[in-house]
Amino acid sequence: MSEILKELKYTPSHEWVKEEDGLTVVGLSDFAQNALGDIVFINLPEEGSEVTAGEAFADVESVKAVSDVFSPVTGVVAAVNEELLDNPALVNEAPYESWLIKVSDVSETRELLDADAYGEVCAAEED
Amino acid sequence: MERKTPLYDVHVAEGGKIVPFAGYLLPIQYASGVIREHMAVRQQAGLFDVSHMGEILFTGPTALDTLNHLLTNDYTDMPLGRVRYGVMCNPSGGVIDDLVVYKFGEQTYLVVVNASNREKDFAHMSANLLPDTKAEDISDKVAQLALQGPAAPQILAKLAAPEQIPQKYYTAAAHVGVGGIDCMVSRTGYTGELGYELYTAPENAAALWKMLREAGEEFGLIPCGLGARDTLRLEAAMPLYGHEMDETITPLEAGLDFGVKLGKSEFIGREALVSAGKPSRVRVGLTVTGRGILREHQSVFLNGTEIGATTSGTFAPYLNKAVAMALVSAGCAEVGTEVEVDVRGRRVPAVITPLPFYKRA
Repeated sequence: MSEILKELKYTPSHEWVKEEDGLTVVGLSDFAQNALGDIVFINLPEEGSEVTAGEAFADVESVKAVSDVFSPVTGVVAAVNEELLDNPALVNEAPYESWLIKVSDVSETRELLDADAYGEVCAAEED
Repeated sequence: MERKTPLYDVHVAEGGKIVPFAGYLLPIQYASGVIREHMAVRQQAGLFDVSHMGEILFTGPTALDTLNHLLTNDYTDMPLGRVRYGVMCNPSGGVIDDLVVYKFGEQTYLVVVNASNREKDFAHMSANLLPDTKAEDISDKVAQLALQGPAAPQILAKLAAPEQIPQKYYTAAAHVGVGGIDCMVSRTGYTGELGYELYTAPENAAALWKMLREAGEEFGLIPCGLGARDTLRLEAAMPLYGHEMDETITPLEAGLDFGVKLGKSEFIGREALVSAGKPSRVRVGLTVTGRGILREHQSVFLNGTEIGATTSGTFAPYLNKAVAMALVSAGCAEVGTEVEVDVRGRRVPAVITPLPFYKRA
């Protein structure tokens, strides 16, 4: 069973979201890293580039396949987690510590799920 | 509706992540994940269920002539207990399937084919039999386990008499008692590693799996799924049907010359291969020098001009780098050539590399 942290918000496409120091922090959920399997490559956007709510901003490659990561917000990339470029497996090991990007100047946010609602999304996909 | 192999319940109990593949429900990986499973086969041992593979038995006084008519390799003078690779072509020289042939008697040959091609292969074979050859699809009467990795001989030696175990690559023994279970043991595999493929009756498969798991535990053997099977074969640059070859790709383009005997007087597809001459495109290896992972069907560019496309690609866990195989124009295939591959709109630099990427020491 995948771990779902109470204090985070989630998207139906398995990103987690939190607010920290005025920035929106985005990562991949435990369910997502489980489904992907061993992650071997992450392509992240440049700092200063724009992301759009509901659109892909990164791709994550596991041994098996490639998946897009969708932005929960529209805004400007204030920071990228460069540690993941050299060590993408950190997302498998600690998905809730291994954030992908931090976004500033957020102008639009997708509808987000709380932990309970997200748990139902995961349970439905498990079947 | 997908079929289950005789080991389906075992995979579920072992924590396998089950997916549909070639008409069967099979584990893509177990809890340890593709990378660990891959490394276990390179360094210790892994156990695979390959019961989905197709088996077709050829018997009769003309069985050898039929095989020589159907297949590109030459099976004349093949010793008993020998295994030989081959390709089955259509009249235009495209590949219907690649396969291996076992000789168990002067009139008895077992042909092992890809699961996804089983029905198509059997139909083509049946339509092209010489008089006095019988072909029988016995796939449902055969389970197959692959024990692969450097520790495989030690593991098998715990369960079978040493004099019964085949010692040479591409040899096989028909009736070997493995922990008391009657098996055909073949020193072959699809991983680039030392190992065996064990064929047995479906009702024995679960007991055989359990015995091999227990015998292998002290050597670090773990169960392995389809994911590791694919990364292992790709790292070892072994071609896969539907990727490096299909009905529009000839075995010579796919670099399978060693299994194509054009000197043979006749086989289906020979005329087309001979008249086509030297192939205009060839299979090459690519190693990524930039950032990214290559997958199949991605365009390959040399100085901005498209020269071909990838046929398979992945992250190679043992080599710890991204590799791919590609079909490219024969004139652009020199090792060391720097190319670019279109990865979903992004150009990733790569270099043409000798095959195989990995070879067992």
